[in-house]
Amino acid sequence: MTTRTTSRRKPAAGANDDIGLDDRLEMYRLQVEIRDCEKRAHDLFLQNLVKGTSHLSLGQEAIAAGVAVAMEPGDKSFCTYRGHAHTLARGVPMEQVLGELMQRDNGLMRGKGGSMHLTSVEHGVLGSYAIIGAHLPIACGSAWRAQYLGEKDVSVCFFGDGTTNIGAFHEALNFASIWKLPVVFICENNLYMEYTPIGDVTAVEHPAADRASAYGLDSIIVDGNDADAVYRVAREAFRKARDGGGPSLIECKTYRHSGHSRADPATYRPKGELEEWLKRDPIAVYRQRLIEFGVGEEAIGRIDADSKRKVDEATAVCKAAPPAPAELLTADVYSDGGWAWRN
Amino acid sequence: MAELSYREAVARGIAQEMERDDRVVFLGEDVGKAGGVFKATVGLHERFGDRRVRDTPISEQAILGAAMGAAMTGLRPIAELMFSDFAAVCFDYIANEFPKLRYMTNGQMSCPLVVRTGNGGGARFGAQHSQSIENWTMMIPGLKVVAPSSPVDVVGLMAAAVRDDNPVIFHEHKSLYAIKGPVPDGEIVDTLGTAKILRAGADATIVALAMMVGRALDAAETLARDHGLDCEVIDVRSLVPLDTQTILGSVSRTGRLFTVEENPRLCGWGAEIASIAADEVFWDLDGPIVRITTPHIPLPAADHLEDLALPSVARIVDRIARVVNGSSQ
Repeated sequence: MTTRTTSRRKPAAGANDDIGLDDRLEMYRLQVEIRDCEKRAHDLFLQNLVKGTSHLSLGQEAIAAGVAVAMEPGDKSFCTYRGHAHTLARGVPMEQVLGELMQRDNGLMRGKGGSMHLTSVEHGVLGSYAIIGAHLPIACGSAWRAQYLGEKDVSVCFFGDGTTNIGAFHEALNFASIWKLPVVFICENNLYMEYTPIGDVTAVEHPAADRASAYGLDSIIVDGNDADAVYRVAREAFRKARDGGGPSLIECKTYRHSGHSRADPATYRPKGELEEWLKRDPIAVYRQRLIEFGVGEEAIGRIDADSKRKVDEATAVCKAAPPAPAELLTADVYSDGGWAWRN
Repeated sequence: MAELSYREAVARGIAQEMERDDRVVFLGEDVGKAGGVFKATVGLHERFGDRRVRDTPISEQAILGAAMGAAMTGLRPIAELMFSDFAAVCFDYIANEFPKLRYMTNGQMSCPLVVRTGNGGGARFGAQHSQSIENWTMMIPGLKVVAPSSPVDVVGLMAAAVRDDNPVIFHEHKSLYAIKGPVPDGEIVDTLGTAKILRAGADATIVALAMMVGRALDAAETLARDHGLDCEVIDVRSLVPLDTQTILGSVSRTGRLFTVEENPRLCGWGAEIASIAADEVFWDLDGPIVRITTPHIPLPAADHLEDLALPSVARIVDRIARVVNGSSQ
C-alpha cells in the first residue's frame, strides 16, 4: 500500500478539524523557535562563539514540530547530528542547546557532547548520533525494552535520506519488523545526502518508502514541509506502535535551505532550486494555515516576538556562562563517574 | 562442587544472572533453540523462553545496537557475537557507541551490557574465524574487557560483567570450550579488574591470558623441572580494568617479566603491560621484558601452520630459558 498524504483541503472559516487549535499553535511556535534558534546558532558561529561543526535544519522544521506534537511525554527521540530541531521540539530549553553549541558549562552536556550529540534524557531525547545509521538499531533496542517491560512509549528515530543506503538501516528495519517493535522511523528526505543528490546514488526514486515493502512495511510518503501532514501520519504510526502493530517507516519530502554543515555553501544546487523551495517554506505555509483557521495576525505576531525574545535571552545567558571546568575532562568515562582503567 | 566444561559454565553463568534479575535478556544468532554454534547456551531457551532468550537474524549491527538501546533504557542485555572476528562488521557499536555514551552525554546515560564472543585460535578455522581480538577492544576508553581461562572464572566473571554498569566485552576462548574444571555450587560472583597468581615462583613472572594461561602453567612446570627456573604465572583475566598492582608486585619480586599473548605482535596487550612495567618498576628488573606472541601474520588454517603461529609450551620454555639462563643453555 502506498499512502500519499497532504493537507491541502480548505477548512471551514474559523473552524478546527482533527488537529485542533492548541496543537496547531504549538506546531507553529515550535517551527518559529527552531528557525530562530538555529539562525542564531549560525550568527554565533560567524562570531566564532559556536565552534566545531553544526548541521542546521533550516527548511525542515515542520518535521520536527509535526512529529513532536504527535508524541506523548514518555516517548523517546533518537536523532542524528542534525538534531537541534528535534531536541528543541521536545521542550529542551534554548539556552541549554545554545550553551552546548557554545561549549559553555550551562550546555546540555556541559560541552562534552557538542552540536552533534545533543541529549536530554529528562525530555526523552535519548541522544543524537553522528555515525550514519547507528541509531536505528539503538532505537529498536529501546522499543524492545518497552515491549519487554510492557511500557507504552514509542521510540522515534529521525534520519536523513543518505542513511537509507547504509547497512544498519536495513538491519534495523528487518529487526523491527520481525519483532513487531514499537518504533517509528522517520526519514527526512531533503534531496541531498551531503553534497550529492540522493537520486544520483540510489536505485529507487523514494529512498526510504520504496524500500519499505522489503521489510513488510507500508510505503508512506508525506509532504515534509507541511506540519499538519507530518503530524497526521506520525499520529497514526504512533497509535499503531502503541497498539502492538509494530514499526512504521515514514518518508518526509523536504529541503535543506542551507548547506550540509557550516562548511558547505551548497554551490552544487541547480540555479533556482532553492528559490522554488523557499516558496514552500514550512513556516510561511503554516502561517497561512493558521490564518485560514481564523488565527489573527496579532496572535501570530506574538508568537514570533516571543520566539525572538527567547532566543535573545538564551543568547545572553550563554554568553555570560563560564566554560566547562577542567575536571570534566576525565569525568564519566565509566559508570563510577571516573576514568580509571587500572589500579 | 560440580565438574563443568567451559561451555557449560557459560550457560551456568548466564542462567544464574537471568534467574536473579528479570531485566537480564539474551540475544544472538542461533543462541536460543539451537543452543549456540558452540553449544555454550544449551538449555537457556528451554528454561527462560522466547521472551528472554531471542534468536536474531544475521545482523550484527542490529544485535549490538538493540542491546545498547535496551541497556540504556533499563534492561541488562547479554548479546552474543558468534565469532569475535565479526566485531569488525559492527565495530561502530564497540568503538563509537557503547563506550562514548556516558561520556558524551555527561553521565546522563549508561550502557550496562555484555557482549560475549568466541575469540581466539586453535580450531583450524582459518584467518577470519580464529583471531584474538582482545587488543582491539582493550584500546577503547569506556569499555571493560574480560577473558576468562577456566570454567569457574567464566561463571564468576560473567556475573560480574552482567552486574557492571558499563559495557563489557567478554572474550570466551573457542579452544577452551571443551576443557573441564571444578565449579562450586551456589551463586558465584567474581570481581572485574583482578588478576590471579596461579603459580607462585621467585625467578620470573609470566603473564598470560585465556588459552595462553594453561600453556604458561605447563611451561612453568617444564622450566622448573628442566631448567631450574621457578616461575610465577599470572592470569590477567581482565584487561580493563587492569590489575597492575598484582602484576607489578610480582615483577618486583622476581625481577623478570614475560608476557604470553595469542594476539598478533603489534599493539598486543602485553605491550601495554611491558610499558607500564618499564615506567614503574624498571629498577627492579634484572633483564629485558620479553613478549612472546603470535607473529604479525593472519592465522593459517592448516593445523601444523597454526600450531607454529600460536605461542606453544615449547616456545615459551625456550624463550624464557634463553633469556634468563643465557644463550649458552
